[in-house]
Amino acid sequence: MRAEAKLGLILLLTPLLLWLSLLILIPHVDMFLVSLRERVGVNEYRISLANYLTFINEPLYLRTFVRTAVMSTIATIITLLIAFPVSYYIAKIARGRVQSALFLLCLVPFWVSELVRTFGWMILLRETGLISNLLQYTGLADGPVEMLYNDAAIMVGLVYTSMLFMVVPLVTTLESLPDEVVEAGYDLGGSWFSILREIIIPHAAPGIVSGSIVVFMLSLGNYLTPTMLGGKDSLWFTELIYSQFIVRFNWELGAAFGFLLLGLSSAIVWGMLKLTGQTLEKTMG
Amino acid sequence: MRHPRTICLSSITISVAMIAAPVSAETLRLLTWGGYAPEDVVAKFEAETGHTVEVTKSNNEEMIAKLRATAGGGFDLAQPSQDRIAGPQEEFGIYKPIDLSKIDATLFIPSMLAATQENTTVGGEVYGVPHVWGTSGLVLDTSMAGMVQDYADLCGEDVAGKVSYRLKRPTLIGFAFSMGLDPFTAYGDEAAYTEIMEQVEAKLIDCKPNVKTYWGGGDELMGLVRSGEVVASMAWDTGGWKLNADNPNITFVAPASGALGWVDTFVLPAKGRADDAAYDWINFVMRPEIAAMITAAAGNFTASQGADEFADDALKARYQASFPPEAIDNIKWYPPVPAGLEAIEGGVLDRVKAAN
Amino acid sequence: MTPDLECLNLTKGFGDMLAVDDVSFAVPRGSFFSILGPSGCGKTTIMRMIAGFLEPTSGDIHIRGRSVLNTPPNKRPVNMVFQHLALFPMMNVAENIGYGLRRAGMAKPEIASKVDQALDRIGLPGIGPRKVSELSGGQKQRVAIARCMVLEPDVLLLDEPLGALDLKLRERMKVELKALQAAFDTTFVYITHDQSEALVMSDRIAVMNEGRFEQVGTGQDLYYRPETAFVAGFVGDSNRWSGRIERVSGDEMEMRTDSGMLMRGATHDRPLAVGQRADIFVRPEAIRIARSDDDLAHFDNRITGRVESLLFNGAASRILVQDASGSGEIEVNLPQSGEFAGLDRGSEVRIGWSGAQGNCFAAGKA
Repeated sequence: MRAEAKLGLILLLTPLLLWLSLLILIPHVDMFLVSLRERVGVNEYRISLANYLTFINEPLYLRTFVRTAVMSTIATIITLLIAFPVSYYIAKIARGRVQSALFLLCLVPFWVSELVRTFGWMILLRETGLISNLLQYTGLADGPVEMLYNDAAIMVGLVYTSMLFMVVPLVTTLESLPDEVVEAGYDLGGSWFSILREIIIPHAAPGIVSGSIVVFMLSLGNYLTPTMLGGKDSLWFTELIYSQFIVRFNWELGAAFGFLLLGLSSAIVWGMLKLTGQTLEKTMG
Repeated sequence: MRHPRTICLSSITISVAMIAAPVSAETLRLLTWGGYAPEDVVAKFEAETGHTVEVTKSNNEEMIAKLRATAGGGFDLAQPSQDRIAGPQEEFGIYKPIDLSKIDATLFIPSMLAATQENTTVGGEVYGVPHVWGTSGLVLDTSMAGMVQDYADLCGEDVAGKVSYRLKRPTLIGFAFSMGLDPFTAYGDEAAYTEIMEQVEAKLIDCKPNVKTYWGGGDELMGLVRSGEVVASMAWDTGGWKLNADNPNITFVAPASGALGWVDTFVLPAKGRADDAAYDWINFVMRPEIAAMITAAAGNFTASQGADEFADDALKARYQASFPPEAIDNIKWYPPVPAGLEAIEGGVLDRVKAAN
Repeated sequence: MTPDLECLNLTKGFGDMLAVDDVSFAVPRGSFFSILGPSGCGKTTIMRMIAGFLEPTSGDIHIRGRSVLNTPPNKRPVNMVFQHLALFPMMNVAENIGYGLRRAGMAKPEIASKVDQALDRIGLPGIGPRKVSELSGGQKQRVAIARCMVLEPDVLLLDEPLGALDLKLRERMKVELKALQAAFDTTFVYITHDQSEALVMSDRIAVMNEGRFEQVGTGQDLYYRPETAFVAGFVGDSNRWSGRIERVSGDEMEMRTDSGMLMRGATHDRPLAVGQRADIFVRPEAIRIARSDDDLAHFDNRITGRVESLLFNGAASRILVQDASGSGEIEVNLPQSGEFAGLDRGSEVRIGWSGAQGNCFAAGKA
């Protein structure tokens, strides 16, 4: 009986362990080893921290990382600001069919691939695109307006791509807030702002934090949106990693960048959790 | 047409486990450019030889990255440019030598075959034979950007904000030539090359406000030029010719400092399993009538002897308009890239991208 | 003295349906007023209109003589204890109780002393720093009341706050709530579907059905002198017979039940006419059991039947008697003397009650 239970446990855990070790652990260990290699000549390598030093010594790479992190943070904040009222409406005000219809609307963009979504934005924003033509047609602009290839376009793309991942956890936590509690706040003399600040936001904090973590990580790791919408100034850290691996054949530096991204983004998430007084268990559970 | 696919982060993880093919009729896993293996050619080949062909479209960098990730496995025949063979081979050993006795040399233009063999020889072994060749230069809307004669003119006032080029090594090389420098002779000398690249970097950073966006893929460039958002761009000849068919004002122009000539080759990946099928494919597509079919699909001419006769007249006319005889003599053919140059260029490209 | 709360012709419709239909009532200062009714009768709607979460379709609400219709809920001198208490889980007990005071802009030390006072009042001194989730059901209850009472509202609304508690605690909280109301000396308006809660605690009770008040009165009024068939049936337990009236003389009347039994009852001044269909309600405790007819000679309703089942429940034990004519089961209280403790299923019993205990109402929709 006991042996059977043990066997069952092993069988149940096997896929997870295989997945973890084959797809997560081993590649990471391998990448880490690659990142510690320094090329000294054709087919000659030695172990050193040179790749990590490159990151520190070349201000460009550090700047790119900071820029990526700052832009991702801003994208996360904007996404939160837009998603919060939307989620509140879906969770608390809309009922029945309207509720599911709204939820579906948030989901619809994800039925097409990210590439198609990004192309959609390019069609809208480009100089000869829809919005530019509309502005000229209505007389609001004299000539073609270029809205693509700048940081604002990247932001729009990132927020759009991330919206669902913020809305879902927010709707879930907000739905678990009884209407009574909000009404009690009103009843006891609270204004809408104080209720938002003292009751709704503290209650939704786990959802806000988990949504923010997901959106932040998605933005940080996004490749397509910044490169396609950002044009000539679209500097993004993942793009650096990509070009190190694919264009420069410099796997060593690429691997080091990858690990730095992993470490720094984990540090930022950890800092956010500390700052908001949340724990990972609370937000993910 | 060359279609570098911009998106392939996952290419590293594509380590393929495929089932071994039977000996006589094999499966040929072909890693090539868009247009180099048109469906009608594949169908003809399969009918004639009994082999099956699986085509994967890619570009130079991805081809090498893929082969490197699997140490030369997963594909039986690849088509990188001739300048990207010797370096990666020395560094990563991802190719295997070509058995020239299995190639029908009479199908090739002798001078091109010889040049390619020389450029792709490592340790006394030949690793590549030529297939398709072409140039990169300028694609211009002559009604708007007639004054652009060379790459450096892309930085002129007249075309400000309506210019595009790739942020890749051909741009660095092209600008270097148009600035009166000679990067190819500096290939062997890292210090000299670095110096040239530093000058190019300054120029490109200077030029950045002029640029609308750096294009990534052929379709993106076509869209930009077609819509009139870009009137002058560094691009491949075929792109210009294709646009010329739609709008006679737009065409490919060989720059004053010389168009950059490239040759895409056939190479055998180190762990390829269907060499016979690969040789069959090479000898098949180099037949003049088949080569003409590829020219029709890709827009570029091949190293096939006598294929010109079968080529489309309109294409020949465009070619002749873009390349007067002196321009052909002026084509700068890429010599093999020594291993390690990419790192220098990479730094330049990163800094240009980051500049404001 | 102006009543603390007065509703005037209060009406609320949702679409075509009238949830509250022209209800008027007044609650005098310092009293405990209950609205009792089955779920869906409209009592919660009244409560939410008083609190300000719903706007009446027509009618007016006065608190201490002033209309509050245009006052938003956060400005009304009314506070509410919600069905599930709605304590703020993100705050500790002291923060919960102090919430309204903070919102009113009171200084911190003052809030702290008020909160301490309130905690003393509810008999839970020193639990201020505790988390809400650490409290027992009864403690939560008291904290929820304290949270409202620190604001010294003119009227405290309670929306079935005992519903979630287990039976024993509910019994205790009934007594405690009444005591708290007396201690705070505030007007309580309490809504419930549980008649025992209403009967135990209230000074006055309104019985509500289908959007209307059926009767407003003290617990005794409702229990002993129901004015409508609904109240008779809803408040307390009753045996009920339907039939046709055969004779009316003064306060007395006779009705032939549908099973053919002749039954005497009282009209209690209600206009009833011969030939009308009517219902007679008789409370189980009004029915006497006897072994022989002689013991029941002074009752004008007498039935012989068989014990169908015994419902032992200590002091409130009952039997179900199946009468011989087969007109259904009759619930009868067993006398507490234990005289009939030996009664078995199937044994024959005689039961009887006086006609004055038979409350007769013209048959209506109820």
